[in-house]
Amino acid sequence: MKIHEYQGKQILKKFGVTVPRGIHCTTVDDAVKAAETLGGKVWVVKAQIHAGGRGKGGGVKVAKSLDEVRQYSSQILGMQLITHQTGPEGQKVRNLLIEEGADIKHEYYVAALTDRATQKVAMMASSEGGMDIEEVAHKTPEKIIKVFVDPATGLTDEQALTLVKGIGIPEGSIAQAVDTLKKLYTTYMETDASLAEINPLIHEGDGTIKALDAKFNFDSNALYRHPEIVAMRDLDEEDADEIEASKFDLAYISLDGNIGCLVNGAGLAMATMDTIKLFGAEPANFLDVGGGATTEKVTEAFKIMLKNPKVKGILVNIFGGIMRCDTIATGVVTAAKEVHLSVPLVVRMKGTNEEIGKQILRDSGLPIIAADTMAEAAQKIVDAVK
Amino acid sequence: MSILINKDTKVITQGITGKTGQFHTEKCQEYANGKECFVAGVNPKKAGEKIFDIPIFGSVKEAAAETGATVSVIYVPPAGAAAAIWEAVEADLDLAICITEGIPVRDMLEVRNKMKAKEAAGGKKTLLLGPNCPGLITPDEIKIGIMPGHIHRKGRIGVVSRSGTLTYEAVAQLTEIGLGQSSAVGIGGDPINGLKHIDVMRMFNDDPDTDAVIMIGEIGGPDEAEAAEWCKANMKKPIVGFIAGVTAPAGKRMGHAGALISGGADTADAKLAIMEACGFTVTRNPSEMAKLLKAML
Repeated sequence: MKIHEYQGKQILKKFGVTVPRGIHCTTVDDAVKAAETLGGKVWVVKAQIHAGGRGKGGGVKVAKSLDEVRQYSSQILGMQLITHQTGPEGQKVRNLLIEEGADIKHEYYVAALTDRATQKVAMMASSEGGMDIEEVAHKTPEKIIKVFVDPATGLTDEQALTLVKGIGIPEGSIAQAVDTLKKLYTTYMETDASLAEINPLIHEGDGTIKALDAKFNFDSNALYRHPEIVAMRDLDEEDADEIEASKFDLAYISLDGNIGCLVNGAGLAMATMDTIKLFGAEPANFLDVGGGATTEKVTEAFKIMLKNPKVKGILVNIFGGIMRCDTIATGVVTAAKEVHLSVPLVVRMKGTNEEIGKQILRDSGLPIIAADTMAEAAQKIVDAVK
Repeated sequence: MSILINKDTKVITQGITGKTGQFHTEKCQEYANGKECFVAGVNPKKAGEKIFDIPIFGSVKEAAAETGATVSVIYVPPAGAAAAIWEAVEADLDLAICITEGIPVRDMLEVRNKMKAKEAAGGKKTLLLGPNCPGLITPDEIKIGIMPGHIHRKGRIGVVSRSGTLTYEAVAQLTEIGLGQSSAVGIGGDPINGLKHIDVMRMFNDDPDTDAVIMIGEIGGPDEAEAAEWCKANMKKPIVGFIAGVTAPAGKRMGHAGALISGGADTADAKLAIMEACGFTVTRNPSEMAKLLKAML
């Protein structure tokens, strides 16, 4: 689960990391009021969306008067902000963060994430802050320093110092930088984050170390023990169909193609998508109905797939293990009737009670196309939508 | 022969009294030598009782001491599953198989590091399979987990995969063309897990009754590449490889917690390229895994 920058900064602040003073707003008038409340002569107007690259897309502006705050806020609020992470249609800006200006002397990058290879928490830092870290990793990998932390010991002073000195934090700010990194690590662990990134982390003219941005991603398996984080969820930033699917315990992801697919199991679902592509079409979605696909779940899955106007055909691929093929077949027939299915449907079923399942499909009176293998199913649906 | 488990393995079921645990324990008991294999259950609140004639003990340690079991299978719900794994490790079992899906990653990080610390201090090493996995099976001998037993057939092909249903797909293809399996192992779809492809490939390589292997992976993480490099230097048996997720977009979690592209190296294309360079026969058509393997024997 992702959150906004302003929420990320609230979390960092709670764990003792220094962040600029700032106020979250949703209207232009409130933005101007926020700037007045903050005082000073320089403010930053920042678009809040769940995607990076906001500055390059025109979603971050420095205002030097209240009039400019008003001007930039009205430009940014409501705009379709397009960044390399939003896709070409962009993301509508509904939230702003008005912040006090910062006296930036240098920008650094720091982050915490789980490293699969070592099974430890990787703490990363770079002197090249404020840039796309993927690009730094690609062009100058030597400028990214990593240490791996055992959760039993936590980030040690020595490890934090290695990072801080490695990215060239000036002498006078070292102690605060070490402290900031240790707090970032604590934040990461205590909130069950899967990514906690500060880009940029800055030092100011007076030596203060400050988090100028905050990006968090949380482990959805652990949300049950963090109601305070669940409360930060912004459904406007998420795909409406994916939210709908999650209510029925379906793992669904929208894609760009025109063949809807309904599969049990994540690996088999991906393999089915890949097979569709192999036979010359593109999948419209990823959809895993899971181990216990009831008629209700299958019906909802059909409804969600068919909401997508691009879908010209549907491929159902079920490996009936514990879940029996006859149960699935009944679900598919009921669902197809309930949604008045008008696009071609290919069903491939394998496993327990396969023959009974196929008979149910044949007896349904629906124009369901049967297939024996994934490849055959893909070929048939690709032909059917041509 | 087989890897990890056989008809003489004695198994403890942690979470035997829950709905999932009960359902699958019954199926496992019915499969091959299952009646002899599943010897104990654990639930501190129901110690002394029985379920399907299987005695329930208060702890894994007690169950192991009383029955001589060396393997456990875990169906405990996510919030308590990492603790259940640790209980099996503390009881010095040979192998813990965790079926549970949805365990917080931090819990897995903590328990994996505790396991490594125990080994480093000279303690007994307990292997972990999973979590978020279907378990493993040695056909006609023993099934530990949630896979449908009837699709398997005894034979000489090893199967290893992160995905449950994709494992069944490979197994069914093999059985259909007359190739049985030595063992089929699901290592699970979570980012922090126990046995990885490389570990299972090592075991298949050493198993005199395995002639060839189907290795199935998916997007996300470095494990398949690591296994491929190892196989290039060490594997003496033919391997067919498939990676799911060529069409998966970057940055999206595809059902499995671990199926997430996070850089250029963990895409399906990158993994397929490495596997091919390391001598695997790779396919982009998952319907052809068994057929390709047969052609190599």
